Amino acid sequence: MSGIVELRVPAAPEYLQMVRSVVGATASTGANLKPERVSDLRLAVSEAATNAMEAHGQSGVEDRVIIRCDLSASQIEVEVADSGPGFDPNSLSPLPDVDSPDRLRYESGLGVSLMHHLTDETIVESHGNGTAVRLIVHFGD
Amino acid sequence: MTGELDLGTSPMLRQAVVAAVADGHNNLVIDLSGVDFIDSAGLGSVIGALRRVRSHDGHLLLVCSEQRVLRVFEMCDLDRVFTFHVDIDSAVGTPVQV
Repeated sequence: MSGIVELRVPAAPEYLQMVRSVVGATASTGANLKPERVSDLRLAVSEAATNAMEAHGQSGVEDRVIIRCDLSASQIEVEVADSGPGFDPNSLSPLPDVDSPDRLRYESGLGVSLMHHLTDETIVESHGNGTAVRLIVHFGD
Repeated sequence: MTGELDLGTSPMLRQAVVAAVADGHNNLVIDLSGVDFIDSAGLGSVIGALRRVRSHDGHLLLVCSEQRVLRVFEMCDLDRVFTFHVDIDSAVGTPVQV
């Protein structure tokens, strides 16, 4: 099965659950994708959509966040696109080691590294008028 | 807590912890056994809870046996920071380690 599913959701956290559900259901139609990998993709998408919604909230952007699932015979690619101010993906500083007392000062900053961990490919493209995160999971791995 | 712990639901956990500590309860157990999804925003609220109780010389224990949730803690190395129990009885029966 192949095809495209696109969501345009308000940048409000109550839509995150719906986003995860739709992406999970779409991924589940992929050939032989294990439930664990579907769960991983749902988590990665949650991270990307959370960042997108926060980017809109912090900059006062009222546009919708776009989640586009592109399902092919060999993979699913989910793009999460926002119209926020963007950021430099290479400027992200690593968090303090978990054994450091300073680690507890950080309640965020895990999202991008989690996305890389959970997918086969995570591609972040960001510029002054938006960020697009592409999360790719190959079938059969 | 039950359901999914994310950016939308984590404020409820934060508020509950703030209220409990304000009432003088510095040793807390957060029961995550009904949580079937957590992301980094949810983890952030649990980290915030730990920081808050420790700032009042308290301790925090977590109840969680859902592998999908435990795995997220592990991926972020936070399983080294938190103490997990399989149920409430096990958690509240644990001597506080100072």
